[in-house]
Amino acid sequence: MATVANQAGAPAPTRRRSRSLSEKRLAVLMVSPSMILIALVAAWPIIYAIWLSLHQYSVRVAGLSRWVGADNYTSAVSSPDWRSALYHTIIFTVISVTLETMIGLGMALAMHRAFRGQGLLRTVVLVPWAVLTVVTAVMWRTMFVSPYGFINTILGTHTVWLGQEPYALIIIILADVWKTSPFIALLLLAGLQVIPDDIYEAAKVDGATAWQRFVRITLPLLKPAILVALIFRTLDALRIFDLPYVLTQGTVGTSTLSTIAQQTFATNRLYGQGAAMAILAFIIVMLVSFGYIRFVGGNIRGMTAE
Amino acid sequence: MEASAATSAEAVPRARARTARKPKRDRTPWYMWIAVVAIVLFCLFPFYWLINMSLKAGSDLNGSSVVPHHPTLTNYSAIFKNPDFIASLRNSAIVALITTALALIVGSFCAYALARLKLRGKAIILGLVLSITTFPQIAIAAPLFKLWSDIGIFDTYIGLIIPYLTFALPLAIFILVSFFREIPKDLEEAALVDGATRFQAFRKVVVPLAAPGLATAGILTFIAAWNEFLLAVTLTATTAARTVPAEISFFTGATEHQVPYGSIAAASVVISVPLILLVLLFQKRIVAGLTAGAVKG
Repeated sequence: MATVANQAGAPAPTRRRSRSLSEKRLAVLMVSPSMILIALVAAWPIIYAIWLSLHQYSVRVAGLSRWVGADNYTSAVSSPDWRSALYHTIIFTVISVTLETMIGLGMALAMHRAFRGQGLLRTVVLVPWAVLTVVTAVMWRTMFVSPYGFINTILGTHTVWLGQEPYALIIIILADVWKTSPFIALLLLAGLQVIPDDIYEAAKVDGATAWQRFVRITLPLLKPAILVALIFRTLDALRIFDLPYVLTQGTVGTSTLSTIAQQTFATNRLYGQGAAMAILAFIIVMLVSFGYIRFVGGNIRGMTAE
Repeated sequence: MEASAATSAEAVPRARARTARKPKRDRTPWYMWIAVVAIVLFCLFPFYWLINMSLKAGSDLNGSSVVPHHPTLTNYSAIFKNPDFIASLRNSAIVALITTALALIVGSFCAYALARLKLRGKAIILGLVLSITTFPQIAIAAPLFKLWSDIGIFDTYIGLIIPYLTFALPLAIFILVSFFREIPKDLEEAALVDGATRFQAFRKVVVPLAAPGLATAGILTFIAAWNEFLLAVTLTATTAARTVPAEISFFTGATEHQVPYGSIAAASVVISVPLILLVLLFQKRIVAGLTAGAVKG
């Protein structure tokens, strides 16, 4: 190693400079395909969606359109259908993310403490995560729909669960909680495992109870991992589409920002209005993510920029 | 560690204390066992229920029992005779594999530059990539639905693969950056001293060393593409490109009576089992990939 360095010693300065020059050029060359692709497949469609949303397209004559300005936005925001979709999306997001975080935290704590079953649990917990969302919907549907499902048999009821206002949304929330709590548990377990044992030992020596140790040590040290899980889950929940689409087609109080937009442009072929609803969903998700970054920015900066 | 503990008299009690902790570990309290059983049931029962449904036929199907009385494989043989289902399996495999390959190739270049090379605005690029993952797919589906019809790639593989890159590429880049950072720099530098160019060092040294990272990124991207639903259901119309999730939703689409739940359950099991096996085989890598970035820093 040393001899190689000596041999290379003399011409090093010039070579180093040319290398660092070409290094910058290489970096640009290596980054640009991804950047171009992302611009092409993500940014450009969104710009085109904004363009579509400012026009009204004729349903009867293909290609016929006229400029309507912000009309599609004002009509969407003032329509009761879109408002209820927004309301369902918020309800779904708040309840499912809260439940998932709490259940996920409970599962993570149990997995962390269970020395014997930990390997088994780590494996088992990945099963809901690996099951396709559409399959999750099928699963929950077959559990609740009579005469196939066992829920009515056990409860002795004849309820049409997926055909009634609060129940349909509740089942969608349950299905989502089933599918994603384990994922949160894994994220939080990883966070728990980097907390050194000594801190707990020291707290025990000082006479802290289990609850005090949880509130004063575990929660504060786990906060960054919990925040990351919360942010990703919230942004994911706001765009929920698969479960309501497959379970109820967005009927009986389960329409969401995504289902109503998709049905407007794909089923009803109202491109302008559908695009406006899609852009509204986009704006809402972006506002929430900016809000999160503003609100908890300091806590997660270390994780994203590291 | 063991040797030094044995030679140093002072360390013996400490070593004994360490071994003495073991029996304590075995005394997992009873409520922990309840928690373990509860988690296992919570995670596995719904999937067990699906398998149970898939093995029922005829009057058994209407019985709502948790065990099939006359288990049968008729649903499975029916599903494999269904040409639409077979076509959707092929479509899903092709779309997910091509998406994964493209995301890995293009993404690994970008990730390497971000992890190792001198470049201005790295944080901005990484932030941009990360923010793309939060984009609601609906904002892309709406314009592409019209655009793809206009230019004639609606209901084709390429029409799905292009928008799939919006989530596949950021996912691959994000995971690979964290893996590339962990490869020791010395090895690349040795290659550079030996006269390799930066790109050769990347291709011949870094890529082979990052194989586990590439595998992790590949598996996660593949699963994401295999699972994708909104774009699949919006941008396809026939068996020419319709993927498995969209196909299954069409089975269930008719909410009337006589929905073939047995076959739907069988199809669901068939498409889930490979994924579950993949996850179980590579669980360490997947967990590492999923939690990359979440615990660091």
